[in-house]
Amino acid sequence: MGMGRRLALIFKSKANKALDRAEDPRETLDYSYQKQLELLTKVRRGVADVATSRKRLEIQMQQLQVSADKLQAQAQQALGAGREDLAREALTRRATVNQQLADLQTQHAQLQAEEEKLTNASQRLQVKIDAFRTRKETVKATYTAAEAQAKIGEAMSGISEEMGDIGMAMQRAEDKTQQMQARAGAVDELIASGALDDASQPLGGRDDIQAELDRVGASGDVELELAKLKGELPAGQAPQALPEAEKQGEAEK
Amino acid sequence: MIVRILGEGQLDVPDAELESLNALDDALQSAVEADDDGGFTTALAALLSRVRQAGKPVPDAEIVPSDLVLPSPDASLAEVRELLGDEGLIPG
Repeated sequence: MGMGRRLALIFKSKANKALDRAEDPRETLDYSYQKQLELLTKVRRGVADVATSRKRLEIQMQQLQVSADKLQAQAQQALGAGREDLAREALTRRATVNQQLADLQTQHAQLQAEEEKLTNASQRLQVKIDAFRTRKETVKATYTAAEAQAKIGEAMSGISEEMGDIGMAMQRAEDKTQQMQARAGAVDELIASGALDDASQPLGGRDDIQAELDRVGASGDVELELAKLKGELPAGQAPQALPEAEKQGEAEK
Repeated sequence: MIVRILGEGQLDVPDAELESLNALDDALQSAVEADDDGGFTTALAALLSRVRQAGKPVPDAEIVPSDLVLPSPDASLAEVRELLGDEGLIPG
């Protein structure tokens, strides 16, 4: 027996079991309908959960992108100041950030596909449930219990199969979402630990590369000011030692 | 013949296709039994694309059981194994 057939039988035996257990198959129809509505609610909640996870990933991706851009700018600034070591450090960190970013992008694509599948499934389920309700009311109104038993087999099998399928899709989406959330949490921790520069902190926030760059910039300014002051001294007048130092100099002669 | 691709929905496939589908389905089963991951992925992709090609989607409002239920395209060998062994997935 082929695999597809074995899978089909699993679905069928489930539905048949439910029917065989029933004293009045018309009650089984109502019960099944309740279950369908519950599942639909769950699927909709599932879609919302996946969307939330996707949005969280998007925010993290934005943060990481800002981080990467900032490190790139810092590398340029460091090179401009002649600090190749700092530039190297900034670029190394940027590579880490870019790696994270690429990972998140892959996950984001997966999550988006999951969300789309689940959205389609929930729409399909909605239509099937409506059709089932119509069928169920017809069967209940027209047939005795014994007749109903014969009449509803197909609808029960069909809807039970649909629910099984969607139940599985839900499970997969939930598993994926949980994995993403765990990873998203890990990225948050990385950012918090300072291993990745938290680009989301206010602009006044300082990282060590920035602090070093500022220091380099500041000492550069001091040198510049000094040179300027020296240039302003009257021409031909050599810098004079202080009188005190002069006396000391004479004493030493 | 009604064929379900898990996660995608049902397709109505002409009965004339049955033989070629069964051959592909058998190849899939052999891969499962041989625990051949690569063979499984290839066989599954071949089977699914044949079904999509030959079948036309069953309208959403139609409630019919499938004659054949196939794993979703991204299913792994382990997942399918679990599917065949697990009965707890179908509510009600």
